[in-house]
Amino acid sequence: MGKKSVVPFGPQHPVLPEPLHLDLVIEDEVVEEAIPSIGFIHRGLEGLAEKRDFNEMMYIAERTCGICSFGHGLGYVEAVEHIMNVQVPDRARYLRTIWSELERLHSHLLWLGLAADAFGFESLFYEAWRIREKVLDIHEMTCGGRLIFSVNKVGGVLRDINADQQKFILDQMNVLEKEIKNIAKVFLEDYSVQSRSKGIGVLTTKQAHELGAVGPFARACGIKNDIRLTGYCAYGELDFEPIVSNDCDCYARLEVRIKELFQSIDLVRQAFAKIPAGELETKVAGFPKGEYFVRI
Amino acid sequence: MSLMTFKGTMLSNLFKKPVTTKYPFEPAVYPEGSRGHIEIDIDKCISCTLCAINCPSGAIKVDRAARTWEINRFDCIQCGYCTQKCPKKCLHMEKGYQTPGAEKFVAHYDRPPEPEQPATPAQAPKG
Ligand code: SF4
Ligand code: SF4
Repeated sequence: MGKKSVVPFGPQHPVLPEPLHLDLVIEDEVVEEAIPSIGFIHRGLEGLAEKRDFNEMMYIAERTCGICSFGHGLGYVEAVEHIMNVQVPDRARYLRTIWSELERLHSHLLWLGLAADAFGFESLFYEAWRIREKVLDIHEMTCGGRLIFSVNKVGGVLRDINADQQKFILDQMNVLEKEIKNIAKVFLEDYSVQSRSKGIGVLTTKQAHELGAVGPFARACGIKNDIRLTGYCAYGELDFEPIVSNDCDCYARLEVRIKELFQSIDLVRQAFAKIPAGELETKVAGFPKGEYFVRI
Repeated sequence: MSLMTFKGTMLSNLFKKPVTTKYPFEPAVYPEGSRGHIEIDIDKCISCTLCAINCPSGAIKVDRAARTWEINRFDCIQCGYCTQKCPKKCLHMEKGYQTPGAEKFVAHYDRPPEPEQPATPAQAPKG
């Protein structure tokens, strides 16, 4: 049994996508503990929102992150719409839902690819990202940008998805489903993946509650919680069940995300089956005054 | 649990065409409606400055007196908000991104001079 030593890691390190500091407690060659400290980025967007025009701020809000840009923009416009009491047209609600799910697809595929990279499975990493490109192509075709959508506005959406595009997207969903099934088999059944994810990085349900874990991370800790169940956008009219795993380890996180990919494909199909024709936006008059809290 | 689950994919990938293209030797293909860069139809511009006021990144400068319209394409974030704000609809987004460069520069556009108008009493010099 060797002596424990602490290796500081970050906040600036070539492999880190964003500043994060970890104290790695190492015993022999095994990382026994990783103690994080966060909060190195503060970009002052809240202050900016007070100064900028509320329509213009939408474009800044969605640039908070390049992976979940639609979510940031959506949260912002939903909050402003609630403050101003704006009723968004049904078609716009459905379009927002579709784009949200497409974004979830690309985000999960990105995460899975990076996870594969982290556990040293380079070719799986590239395979996941190759599939992800198909989703980005859909973004580019429907919104004009591969990662930054810029289609939301207070009161509705700026672009429509026409019948040809809808058909193309639905065809792509079939292709994606097939290809994701292929990598799902590797992620969930492969010996080398399991040996590097099962029982690793356990966050118990109690810890997850205490630390306020959210999203797929919380669901992989056995918390049956999905904010989409609150029914924002058109989620209230679609049929889905949160995907939960009780294993609380890295394998559970892979599993939840893989299953959510299929769920997203299903939600895109459901939304296209139900999307009504109609207006894309409601006219908005005046300025927002007040407070509102939105969770997306 | 099984071994070598990726074998099939790996082997089939060996015999497939690469999914990447040889950019920049092969041109990039953008779909219709791609938000690449801003184009201005300078003849229609009335120097109202609405685009400059509303641009989130402050990329546009409009000088009403000098009749110029300028954009720093390296500051532009391709949001397209100026195209919605322009009352004359003279701004639109075209395919193709600004190529990277060692230095930022400003693209400059001059509005054509105002057509000569017959002198009316209101425009005649005072005195
Ligand atoms: S596209 Fe956006 S950032 Fe670019 S000039 Fe127009 S308003 Fe400014
Ligand atoms: S908003 Fe349009 S008309 Fe006004 S200054 Fe800009 S480009 Fe010219």
